[in-house]
Amino acid sequence: MSYFVDKNGYYGQFGGAFIPELLHPNVQELEDNYLKILESESFKNEFRDLLDTYVGRPTPLYLAKRLSEKFGATIYLKREDLCHTGAHKINNTIGQILVAKHLGKKRIIAETGAGQHGVATATVCALMNLECIVFMGEVDIKRQAPNVARMKMLGAKVVPATSGSKTLKDATNEAIRDWIGNPEDTYYLIGSVVGPHPYPDMVARLQSVISKEIKEQLKAQTGNENPDMVIACVGGGSNAAGAFYHYLDEEKVDLIAVEAAGLGVNSGESAATSQLGEVGVLHGSKTILMQDEFGQVTEPYSISAGLDYPGIGPLHAFLHESKRAIFMNATDQEALDAAYELTKIEGIIPALETAHALAVLHKMKFEKNQVVVINLSGRGDKDLETYIANLKDE
Amino acid sequence: MSKLTSLFNEKKHNLLSVFFTAGFPKLNDTEIIIKSLENSGVDFIEVGLPYSDPLADGPTIQHSSSVALSNGMNLDLIFNHLEALKGSVKIPLVLMGYLNQIIKYGDVKFCQRCKDCGIETVIIPDLPMIEYESHYKALFAEYNISNVFLITPQTSVERIRKIDEMSNAFIYVVASSSITGAKGEISEKQIAYFKRIEQMNLKSVLIAGFGISDKSTFNKACEYMNGAIIGSAFINYLSDNGSSTITKFVGDILD
Repeated sequence: MSYFVDKNGYYGQFGGAFIPELLHPNVQELEDNYLKILESESFKNEFRDLLDTYVGRPTPLYLAKRLSEKFGATIYLKREDLCHTGAHKINNTIGQILVAKHLGKKRIIAETGAGQHGVATATVCALMNLECIVFMGEVDIKRQAPNVARMKMLGAKVVPATSGSKTLKDATNEAIRDWIGNPEDTYYLIGSVVGPHPYPDMVARLQSVISKEIKEQLKAQTGNENPDMVIACVGGGSNAAGAFYHYLDEEKVDLIAVEAAGLGVNSGESAATSQLGEVGVLHGSKTILMQDEFGQVTEPYSISAGLDYPGIGPLHAFLHESKRAIFMNATDQEALDAAYELTKIEGIIPALETAHALAVLHKMKFEKNQVVVINLSGRGDKDLETYIANLKDE
Repeated sequence: MSKLTSLFNEKKHNLLSVFFTAGFPKLNDTEIIIKSLENSGVDFIEVGLPYSDPLADGPTIQHSSSVALSNGMNLDLIFNHLEALKGSVKIPLVLMGYLNQIIKYGDVKFCQRCKDCGIETVIIPDLPMIEYESHYKALFAEYNISNVFLITPQTSVERIRKIDEMSNAFIYVVASSSITGAKGEISEKQIAYFKRIEQMNLKSVLIAGFGISDKSTFNKACEYMNGAIIGSAFINYLSDNGSSTITKFVGDILD
């Protein structure tokens, strides 16, 4: 079985490009060109150079000794939190801004939820001197004021999405509407492995640098490039796609995708899409999404704004359906506890999203020599307010 | 022969279609809106299925959709309303909705309900031609449902020819590269685009939409197209005036 996108843009039954005719030329242009660009020597050199000298790659693969001791396994942390701007998101924005430049686009638009992808996009637009417009839900603009300020400082225009629930899915709708209205000069820089083909595949390829490095680093450190297990959190799923990518065909490597259960999978306040969703079309892609009995998209909930998305990328929908990946989840409280735990015993404050991936360590049984890699997708600076508010006195 | 085809056989110019969102402004306004539009001389009607995430629609239709949904509108209810009107409404009704609603409702059940209600034409903006061909064409044919495709100023000549081949209702000529919404006038650039399409001598009936808002824009579009669709401007009218004076809205256009 192949876990990679087929020639029609599908992963099994998932994927495709369910877009209005108005977007057809834009998406077709990208589909016709993205592989040519990604595989060109000039792109590869520029991308590698910026990843090395600007993003700070390769990021370390760190053997977390105390964490390993606590869980009775050999646990490595892939330190994407040490990337410039604080998360893996910039791997994708660096790659796509180069694609946009190759296509001759002058105006960059993006959606953002918590603001991490918005900041990563505004950063590369500043770097490349391109106009940047970020759509962000009105509700999120209020919740994430520091990131809004960062984007503005980087020269981006932040446009509030005032439709629907005024959060990430609506910001995505607004970005797509803007793209419809500006078909010639504008590039839509999507932040995750979602959207119409070829976005999920392109973003997965750009993030695949994560698992490429894990392989090399693990080989150097242990003599074997394959761990027993890779764990990553999934909202749309870009960090998981990057961490899984070069292991998709290594069937002996267990892939664990961790979703946000919010207040509990069945509480009505959750973002565990694989558990609560059904097959449908969201943001141009056939995937699994949370919806009501008449196909209206429902609003997810998680303490972590980065996992608060009603769908998952089509690759993940396929990994779930084919059982290639095991889907687990963690509640708000379990994530908070895991974040405090990692901070205490390893001196690393993880992003709330990443904390969900750490939380499932408590739900598994390990053998001592079992090698586990957790993708530490982001750092927790942006979540300090939440961490402080929930810190219990000892 | 479908009602729409019969209409197009009889009338080839100045075809007026009006779009409204089912369940807006009031949950049970479907009947009064359809009957008023028919009585005031509208040639065919687009019934919008309200959706939570209408990607191709501007703020006016988005707003009407969220009002309709909070009024409690859903696909079952719409079909019930339309079925009740089946005997009394003579002009063609076209359903316009997004694909996820149809997938969740069940493709076959959706088609069956369309048939029960006398619906022979659908517009699904996020169903691209390639997906239609591989997944829906045969099913729709089985239920005698025609799918309407859109073309835009960016659509290539080759693609327009293919769409023309595949169309058996009409081609929805999107007047500008934008989401739906009233804009006030038709630009020189749009006229050049209409002329370009007109000169292709397509076999399909051409109906312009997006940005057609009043008598002047309707007449302008009809110089080059077989007719035009008014959507957002009508929704705005309903917001301001309710459903009781629809005849005046249509009268002002056809006057």
